[in-house]
Amino acid sequence: MRQRRRTWQTLLATTASLTVAAVALTGCGGTAPDAKSTPKAAAASFEGKGPINYVSNRDASGAANKSIEEWNAAHPEEKVTFIELPDSADAQRQQLIQNAQIKSDTFSVLNLDVVWTSEFAANKWIMPLPADAVPTDKMIPATVNAATYRDSLVGAPYYTDGALLYFRSDLLKAAGIAAAPKTWDEMKTACKAILALPEAAGMSCYAGQFDKNEALTVNFSEAVASAGGTIVDADGKPTVNTAEAKKGLNLLVDGFKDGMFPSDAITYLEEQGRRAFQDGKVVFLRNWPFVYASLTATDGSSKVNGKFDITSIPGTDGPGVSTLGGRSLAISPFTPNKATALEFVKFFTSQEQAQKRLALSSRAPAYASLYADPTVVAKRPFFPTLLTSLNNAQPRPKVVQYGATTKAIQEEAYAAITGKKDTDTALKDMQAKLTELSK
Amino acid sequence: MTTTTTVPPAGAQPAPDTRPSRPRKRARRTAGEGRMAALLLSPTLLVLALVIAYPLLSAVHQSLFRAESGLDADGFVSDVDAFVGLANYADLFAGESGRRFLNAFANTTFFTVTTVFFETVLGLCLALAMNRAFRGRSFLRASILVPWAVPTAVSGLLWRWIFQSDGIANTLIGSEILWTAEGDASKLAVIIAEVWKTAPFIGLLVLAGMQVIPGEVYEAAKIDGAGWWRQLGSITLPLVKPTLLVAVLFRMLDALRMFDLPFVLIGPGKESVETLSMLAWDESNQLRYGSASAFAVVLFLYVAIVAIVFVKVLGADVTGAKELKLLSKKSAKKSRSLATSELKKAEATR
Repeated sequence: MRQRRRTWQTLLATTASLTVAAVALTGCGGTAPDAKSTPKAAAASFEGKGPINYVSNRDASGAANKSIEEWNAAHPEEKVTFIELPDSADAQRQQLIQNAQIKSDTFSVLNLDVVWTSEFAANKWIMPLPADAVPTDKMIPATVNAATYRDSLVGAPYYTDGALLYFRSDLLKAAGIAAAPKTWDEMKTACKAILALPEAAGMSCYAGQFDKNEALTVNFSEAVASAGGTIVDADGKPTVNTAEAKKGLNLLVDGFKDGMFPSDAITYLEEQGRRAFQDGKVVFLRNWPFVYASLTATDGSSKVNGKFDITSIPGTDGPGVSTLGGRSLAISPFTPNKATALEFVKFFTSQEQAQKRLALSSRAPAYASLYADPTVVAKRPFFPTLLTSLNNAQPRPKVVQYGATTKAIQEEAYAAITGKKDTDTALKDMQAKLTELSK
Repeated sequence: MTTTTTVPPAGAQPAPDTRPSRPRKRARRTAGEGRMAALLLSPTLLVLALVIAYPLLSAVHQSLFRAESGLDADGFVSDVDAFVGLANYADLFAGESGRRFLNAFANTTFFTVTTVFFETVLGLCLALAMNRAFRGRSFLRASILVPWAVPTAVSGLLWRWIFQSDGIANTLIGSEILWTAEGDASKLAVIIAEVWKTAPFIGLLVLAGMQVIPGEVYEAAKIDGAGWWRQLGSITLPLVKPTLLVAVLFRMLDALRMFDLPFVLIGPGKESVETLSMLAWDESNQLRYGSASAFAVVLFLYVAIVAIVFVKVLGADVTGAKELKLLSKKSAKKSRSLATSELKKAEATR
């Protein structure tokens, strides 16, 4: 038996020493506890030139690549490499955060969804930008607001997105309604008249996105904002337990209760809603601009081509308030070549580049004046309406713990619209959860 | 058994000299040989230590901490990982997070029990069908494999299309069930998709077990006048039992960490189908690594307990040790009447 023990000793000793060596080699030492205590002053200086990496979501149009190629041709010593992240926003955020947490210098310029701005800024994973870096006065105010954290600009708006109300102009005309509805009440009245028409048999009035998903947060925020309420105030404190928020949520709850929404709208995301509208199942559809291309398809897939029009989403007293989508560019404090990064961000988000990209990409630019360009409008007739929507838009709750916040909102709003909770209880519970998160 | 086995752990590396000869006859190993064996094994153990032990221990370590985050006056996050002992575990049973945990735990268990049960029944039927000699048998076998070969995320998408409100499932049954909304229908949707996907796995493993049953056994049974059911109950099932147990064990361990199917098919954050893995993922997504690790550790313990109980109580033969013994016995015996010995063995394994 002694022999066996010695064998074990050798086994253990070799394994242990190899493990130690491997751990030392790979540097699994764990992160230092003072990770976040970098001095503030260091964040303000932009020094160092050299090659950088631009990390972004996919750009199928190739417009972003064109901009980068142009930059690279002019700056051979400071080449920009495009790093593409997975399609899922969650996966993108996870990779960006992981890289920031280990202070990796791989990602220099980050392409951030507007709702991540606060989280990244508060954790010092992105740097405040100098005041003159971005021509904010030429941009749509809501896009600048969305890229701002506590009064300092931390991102340069890249492209933006707002809600549109698609409606069946042919049916409105047939029912003798002259103007597109501006409020929920007008929309309901219009629906009553339209659904009485024989050609509208079996149709429903309105569809949004109500599946338990980020899209529900969007639709809920819009309903609340359109009714004059807010989800959080300027300091990030929750304000959903109010009469206005209740009025907003009730719009959605009653929509389901009264049969104004199709009963399966509870499973709708953007795609399902688009299909319902395209197949002639709903009269009104709240959606993003990207569905415009499918709705106007001439290959027969769309039954509504030429039969619909676009307006702003409805509110309670006037046009509603859209939430804001889109992306902005931010600079990682862990990249050694900050000067190049800043110059690249300035170049990439300049009006000139935005205009060039418009030829290829359907993403809505942050510059207001581009929406009036006749050549652009000829190609994308929804741009003027979109600009109205964007001028009116509000960002989704600007909070550091956005992931948990949106989840709490979805949870409670979903319970309310499926009738599991009444509006008061749902909003009270939401307020409690958000208060816990804002601490 | 424990006294006769030699140094290397059971499943790691069958030593080259484990021929059917009795251990008594084996030459004593010299010290040098043992050391050599240890040296040769240590890379394997090192890899195991790095990819299994280290992450596991680090998860346990992390589950004892919690990020006490707060915002300072300028709105910057100041968080310190504070040691909280077992508080993350205590939270599993209290308050809102406790409710979510128990719900996820119940879902995980429910899905495991139901899906594995239906898979086993269906898998057995598939195997019985595939085991018969008929034209196009190999084609059938290949086609039955297809669901198993489809990546789970893709099959999740596929079933999502089938189950959407205007999808083919609702068209076929002629009613409007909202499969992907919260509720019992979503549970059923997950079970259907999961059984569709994994029954072939059990079917194929069981089929492999059936193929090694010699035809003579059935011939003998036929001569003795046993009908199909009798043959199934007295020959087929007892003889495929070891294979079946292993297949069921694998499926159970797999089902306990179910993640991608409900995630893609129904969606994240839907409580009706939230499993423990999804909960751990969600927590880590919210950067609450402490409680995420606690969820993961609990899931690991749960899986480990199920596996141990399964192996100890039901005697699932995972490493093939028993199989080897059986085979060696068989070759040693040189029996004339194969049929009777097989039947006896069936009795023994039962």
